[in-house]
Amino acid sequence: MNDATKEMEPTQKLKFYQKGTFTVGNRLVSEADRTVQASIDRSNAITCGHRGCQGCGEALGARYVVDAAMRATNNNLIVVNATGCLEVFTTPYPETSWQVAWVHSLFGNAAAVGTGVAAAMRVKGRSEVRILAQGGDGGSTDIGFGCLSGMFERNDDVLYVCYDNEGYMNTGVQRSSATPPAARTATTDAVGDEPGNVFGTGKSVPKIAMAHGIPYVAIASVADLHDLERKVTKAMGFHGARYIHVQVPCPLGWGSASHDTIRLARLAVESGVFPIFEAEYGVITGSRKIRNRVPVVEYLKLQKRYAHLFKNGDAPRLERLQKLADRNIAEFNLLAHEGNV
Amino acid sequence: MLKQVEGSISTAEAIGLCRPEVICAYPITPQTHIVEGLGRMVRTGEVKNCEFINVESEFGALSACIGSSAAGARTYTATSSQGLLFMAEAVYNASGMGLPIVMTLGTRAIGAPINIWNDHSDAMSMRDAGWLQMFAETNQESVDLHIQAFRLAEAVSMPIMVCVDGFILTHAVERVDVPTQAEVDAFLPPYDPVQVVDPKEPISIGAMVGPDAFTEVKYLQNYKLDLALKLIPELAREFKKKFDRDSGGLLRTYRTEDADMVVVAMGSVNGTIKDVIDEMRADGFSIGLVTLVSYRPFPAEELRKALSGCKQTVVVDRSFAIGMGGQLAADVDHALRNVDRAPQALSVIAGLGGRPVSRASLRGIFRKAKTEPWEGMHFLDLNQKIVATEVEHMSSKRRSGPIAENLLRRVSVAPVAE
Repeated sequence: MNDATKEMEPTQKLKFYQKGTFTVGNRLVSEADRTVQASIDRSNAITCGHRGCQGCGEALGARYVVDAAMRATNNNLIVVNATGCLEVFTTPYPETSWQVAWVHSLFGNAAAVGTGVAAAMRVKGRSEVRILAQGGDGGSTDIGFGCLSGMFERNDDVLYVCYDNEGYMNTGVQRSSATPPAARTATTDAVGDEPGNVFGTGKSVPKIAMAHGIPYVAIASVADLHDLERKVTKAMGFHGARYIHVQVPCPLGWGSASHDTIRLARLAVESGVFPIFEAEYGVITGSRKIRNRVPVVEYLKLQKRYAHLFKNGDAPRLERLQKLADRNIAEFNLLAHEGNV
Repeated sequence: MLKQVEGSISTAEAIGLCRPEVICAYPITPQTHIVEGLGRMVRTGEVKNCEFINVESEFGALSACIGSSAAGARTYTATSSQGLLFMAEAVYNASGMGLPIVMTLGTRAIGAPINIWNDHSDAMSMRDAGWLQMFAETNQESVDLHIQAFRLAEAVSMPIMVCVDGFILTHAVERVDVPTQAEVDAFLPPYDPVQVVDPKEPISIGAMVGPDAFTEVKYLQNYKLDLALKLIPELAREFKKKFDRDSGGLLRTYRTEDADMVVVAMGSVNGTIKDVIDEMRADGFSIGLVTLVSYRPFPAEELRKALSGCKQTVVVDRSFAIGMGGQLAADVDHALRNVDRAPQALSVIAGLGGRPVSRASLRGIFRKAKTEPWEGMHFLDLNQKIVATEVEHMSSKRRSGPIAENLLRRVSVAPVAE
């Protein structure tokens, strides 16, 4: 059963005067409807001074996720972090950016460490404490996949958030199983017969998460931070294993301008490259409709990792990428409400 | 209470009496019966207030242990062989984070060729990981060491591996005195962690440390194991006072007074060696034994004392570093370095992959040590004929694997025992 035809519950009931953007909401809405991030008493869980790159999508996404989780749990939160950019740029000894109980162990075990922390809280009768485990796409879809699947399958009481920047950026931009086709990385160079990452590889971890039948799975984007906060808050309303997959553009790895992070995230959504949906107990409950459809090339051409497609005028592969987006649009019914903002 | 019981079950009962709060279970032979036993005890309520987690791998097992221990719960798991290797990254991580996890290692060989039987290759593979490692000689000692292990680990805030010989101990049914809950409670107070991950007092655990402080962190890890070196004998004394049994400690000596030759060994093989020593002593052969209980920290000073009077020491290793030699032998050599008139040190590699270590073979090699001492490793009961044939074939014709299958074919034609 596919309920992607349903629209996800709107984050705000307002209509925006500025087409195609979400950035103008807060001052126009009532205090209760404003974002966590707009609140003066947000937890500021990742405080300033960290070493994230300019325009880092992961720093932005994590900031919204952790602050929203802190609000949702009344600050009774323990964060477990996988090795990766987010861990490295926030905790250069002896400094830490984390104003939250935070533990890092290894690259591939954040989900399992989360399981252990949750077990300890349960045995100690600390039912008010909730667990957020997080990592990048490498730490979640590749090396940490076994632990992640185990945590899902046991329905351990952990919210796992994957910040997907589509490659191993911390080690210098190598291919992961989340790297899209044609993208140039250090291990899928833009040379040879099939430059960049090959077609027909990779996996959808959100769909795999759904196949575990866990209470809540969502895809989100830093293009829509209201929606990201809403999903984190909603996830904290469930007990058991929950998974949120957030696309976070990486200026360094994607070869994009740091001021284009949000624009790229939005183009990924509006082109159908990155479908936004949510699911409960293995069933899709809604998807975010495309407001202003754009061709995939609009998204690709801002990124140097795809430059080889344009330099050589690789029409067949550009067409294949457009077809992949079209398939997403059909599968998740992303155009059902076309023209209806 | 005295009972006839399988080693895994009495060990599981002892762990249950230690009131573990989180247990991670993943099956691997020959440790499996321990976590099976604990799982049953948690389900029946015999062990209360305990989370028993069936994890997806050994890596997941120790990772979940890291989480629960960092959050302040008394934490236990068990593994063997390939399982220990699969969790290797987390093994180093747990000690670097100073987490007092207790893990039973049902010791077993490492493949290839795949082999489920007992030796010490797995324990030795993690000897540098920063864990305390103690070896049980009997199932009684396994029970007693586990009870001491929680005290020890929590006192120095370091993880500990209790090494129990796979099958030889884990699957042997023998007489074991399992203490009462009240006795264990009187010896082992509830875990009182110093620092935990808790929203009430948010801290960052596991931050990145660069060249500016990494050496100091490692130095302090080593310092903690030095502390354990002092604490282990104290705990064994207190244990004896409360339970009236000699269990644990750094090492034990057996008939070493005035012995010309002193054997050094770890684990269950010590029982056989003691029998051999009694027989040889009766024949007028001057021989004694040091049973090493604590392998990490390594009690170099106590070992030097125990070996001070002898002319020869024969180290019986149940594993070896390929291309180098017996690990325990190397450590004994290290302890004897710079010692005036140090005993001649000989190395025997015995009982690999579950090959029985017989009294006759031990007797023979101890006698040979006196009359024809050798350099390097002596492989006890090595089938020289088969090895020689294979070596000859290798020299005449370039060969690739599978070596194991070649040898098995020869063994089936010519029995192992010469």
